[in-house]
Amino acid sequence: MGLNKRLSFLAFGFILYRLFTFSHAYAQTNEMDTVAVYGAKNTLQVQSPVPVQILTSQELQGLNSLSLADATRFLSGVQLKDYGGVGGLKTINVRSMGANHTQVFLDGIAIGNMQNGQVDLGKFSLENIEEISLYSGDRQRLLQPAKSFASASYMYLQSKTPKFQEGKPVNLSFGFKSGSFALINPSLLFEKKINNHLNATVSTEYMQASGRYKFRLQDPNYDTTAVRENADIRAFRAESTLSGTWLSGDWRSHVYLYTSDRGLPEAIVANRLKPTEPDKGQRQKDRNIFLQSSYRKEFERYSFLANAKYANDYTHYLNPNIIRIEGPLANDFLQQEVFLSLANRYQVNTQWHLSLSTDWQWNKLDANLDDFAYPTRFTTLVSLTSLYEVNRFIVQSNLLATLVQDHAEYGPAGGRKRRLSPAISLSLQPFEYPDFRIRAFYKDIFRMPTFNDLYYTDVGNTLLKPEQVSQFNLGATYIKSLPGKIRQVSVQTDAYYHTISDKIIATPANNQFRWIMYNLDRVKTKGVEALAKVVYQASEKFNATASLRYNLEEALNITDEQTDHQAINRGEQVPYIPKHSGSLTLQMYYRRFRLNYSFLYTGERYSQAANRSENYLQPWYTHDMSIGKEDLAFVKKIKLNLMLEINNFFNQPYEVVTNFPMPGRNFRLRVSLKY
Amino acid sequence: MRNIRRYLFFTLVSLGIFVACRKDTVPSTEETFHFSRGMYLLNEGNMSMNKASLDFYDFTTGIYERDVYKRANPSLVLGLGDVGNDLKLYGSKLYIVVNASNKIEVVDAYTAKRIKSIDLVNCRNIASANGKIYVSSYDAPVSLGVNSPNGKVVEIDTLSLNIEREVSVGRQPEGLAVSNDKLYVANSGGYNPNAYERTLSVIDLALFKEVKRIDVAINLHRVKAAEDGKIYVTSRGDYKANHASLFIIETDTDSLMRQLASPVSNFWLDDGKIYTYSTEWDSNGQKNTMLFNSFLLTDLTTGFPYIHDGTESRITMPYGIAVDPNTKRIYLADAKNYVSPGTLYEFDATGNLINSFETGDIPAHMCFLGLN
Repeated sequence: MGLNKRLSFLAFGFILYRLFTFSHAYAQTNEMDTVAVYGAKNTLQVQSPVPVQILTSQELQGLNSLSLADATRFLSGVQLKDYGGVGGLKTINVRSMGANHTQVFLDGIAIGNMQNGQVDLGKFSLENIEEISLYSGDRQRLLQPAKSFASASYMYLQSKTPKFQEGKPVNLSFGFKSGSFALINPSLLFEKKINNHLNATVSTEYMQASGRYKFRLQDPNYDTTAVRENADIRAFRAESTLSGTWLSGDWRSHVYLYTSDRGLPEAIVANRLKPTEPDKGQRQKDRNIFLQSSYRKEFERYSFLANAKYANDYTHYLNPNIIRIEGPLANDFLQQEVFLSLANRYQVNTQWHLSLSTDWQWNKLDANLDDFAYPTRFTTLVSLTSLYEVNRFIVQSNLLATLVQDHAEYGPAGGRKRRLSPAISLSLQPFEYPDFRIRAFYKDIFRMPTFNDLYYTDVGNTLLKPEQVSQFNLGATYIKSLPGKIRQVSVQTDAYYHTISDKIIATPANNQFRWIMYNLDRVKTKGVEALAKVVYQASEKFNATASLRYNLEEALNITDEQTDHQAINRGEQVPYIPKHSGSLTLQMYYRRFRLNYSFLYTGERYSQAANRSENYLQPWYTHDMSIGKEDLAFVKKIKLNLMLEINNFFNQPYEVVTNFPMPGRNFRLRVSLKY
Repeated sequence: MRNIRRYLFFTLVSLGIFVACRKDTVPSTEETFHFSRGMYLLNEGNMSMNKASLDFYDFTTGIYERDVYKRANPSLVLGLGDVGNDLKLYGSKLYIVVNASNKIEVVDAYTAKRIKSIDLVNCRNIASANGKIYVSSYDAPVSLGVNSPNGKVVEIDTLSLNIEREVSVGRQPEGLAVSNDKLYVANSGGYNPNAYERTLSVIDLALFKEVKRIDVAINLHRVKAAEDGKIYVTSRGDYKANHASLFIIETDTDSLMRQLASPVSNFWLDDGKIYTYSTEWDSNGQKNTMLFNSFLLTDLTTGFPYIHDGTESRITMPYGIAVDPNTKRIYLADAKNYVSPGTLYEFDATGNLINSFETGDIPAHMCFLGLN
């Protein structure tokens, strides 16, 4: 550790010292609530039969995150693929199964991308998000679409539900973020209680950033800096929800619009630390629209939930360095989705619940690629679930039937696929003592090949089979609420084992200019996840929460020797999967001051399948902190929150994806006004 | 309060421990090689991995030296670069075309030390003649503007190492070779699979002007000149109905002479013989079918397998071929799955495996140093 770092630690310590010895007599506001919220969430996490990690909006406030993608870095077992900057593509890989095995849901309805199966989490703002939860295994809930049983892991996003105080039917909040990368990010949230049966919210946001940052390339033999180019973004989001009650049931409608125009930063390679003339950099424009509605009604023993969604996603890709006859390479992609779902729950007796969910989905992809297939896919999912719950024992079992039918306007189609997928999960309290629980689950699931896998011109392979995953998980949880200053201690640890077979990978076809998608690899993963949390309350004025997450994982390539396919790199760790990774976060409140600190660690990894020195990637770790003051009375009834974030404050040069250097120390100021 | 400070202290101390876990790396010292006889092998490295590397098989010691460019030039930022696309030994210099790094690296042929780096956007292949180096590029000549689909060939003087002239050719030019005082350039049109080019551009070297285009086949790729002056050119086909194939051009009349019956992906000419291999993706069988055959240039109808010990079954993705004109040993590079180190197989003239070496990623292009 260098002198600079030591000095920074001292400075940090000093700031802390000043903060906690500073004494003013402010009335306590909502610190107690915070503790209560943590407590309830922790209980949910430890009682779940499958591992779940929750980040509440309170916690998110303290995790220096500009987008949803940034926040997922704090979840255990998650590898965020981040190409750097504000605009770049950001996808997650949970327990090294690959981005396609995590389904993202917004308010219970899946966000799809049939083209490549990956959701770019960088597009999602945290402005309107109440809670993020990551489930490794099926969520213990009956009244949900069959799609909520159709993945290996799930990320549920819950948007903010308006809360109105007595006699104040309008809430308004305005936020503004600015800082490094020439970021300008204003947002507005308007909530109105129209009558007792109808609420409306409008949330809108604009973001622009140059994405320019200095990066440092360090090698034992050289050390140089350059500036990241073509990582700019301009994005606009507007969404509105209407919710209320109708015929004594709850309904909710959500309309969403997102547009963006961004540069796609390229790999930093020799002689191209900045784009060489006339290199102009690749661009991408997106326009996402969706409309979703749901209605839920509960009877004495029976309840149902109906969901419907239409999504229209347009992407324009431009590569000005590939000059075709008709001009620079420009591709347009239009994806459409219609989703309908009906979930039914029936209470057999006080201990036993059954549910039947049926989903029907239609997807279509149009693209202006040469010889494009114009595929359409019909998916039907039927899921039957049983939940049995007695005092000390919960068991949920599920059987999912999937029927997928593909059509292509030109050329062969992927055809029809039928599968039955079972899952079982249980949670058990072995002793009288209620603080300790054991949980386990088994799930057999698959992912369908995406439209790109099957139909991308010259690369796609319509003979692909689905990629199969078998997951096992065994865990133990402990939660203890205490009367003293340490209010709550919780620990969850899980050991997991899964195998992926028929993994869909790109393999060289008849020559180097042509790759083809192929079911080839097998991967065997063993891992341990641990999450410990302590909620500390020294006095009415001070409380703190500390969370420590750790993940140990071995994900080995176990592809067999086959005729015509040599087993290469068998027994070696899968690229970009660290053996060790973890994070530590500390969130502290003192009166209205907030101080947050987080540390992220990703251990050594390899950038390619061959685990050898030239592919070795150094561990990286960043220290982020933020300091702020909340609920400052600004003008009558208007409250001001201020927060200053410092990210990577030791200015460590690092790369998440090889040759995509990440920013060094950077700053962000968040201001929000609430009425 | 005292308690909190103590907790914070412990936290900070434990963080300090966390911070100390990066491996220390020591600077490597510049190595001084004295190569005299052997073979250079250029590994392409997968795109955007920045892993192009140069190996040298030293025939005097029998040692296969990996990554000699990096070892001879350790302080050059990011090394050789991204996608080593071609190399040429000419005089006392070795020229390396690094495609995605937009440059031609010129190194001393005996020490692998850098002499100069010449910028050329999207450079592809290389040929040499009369004290000049010719390099094809997908990038348009300045006069045509950056939005022209046409590519170009530049002429580099081997003494000044500057680009002196350039000429516009077809779209996405690939291989090139000199014969009969003319330069033959394969136009691929690869950016438009719906409208591939199908011609070979003929450049008059004195005028440095395109004088003719010979219609051959779609998507032309590799070009080599035989000792008798004929030009051998491959077509990649369209991966569908049109297969990879080899064509022979007569340079007196600049006309297409004939097509080889058997499919060819890559080849090497030596001593009246052509050594070929081909790989074709078989979508029914979901595998690559490979052929390894040599032909007499005087016959070209009967293929003779040049591997006789069954080694071909170990090869996943043949990616480069060379034959030592002195010893007639055959060198075959296997790129495997493109994202792992490859293998170089060395066969004797009778087709039996003598040696195999682990190379860098995607071993592809070879040339011999110290020929008599």
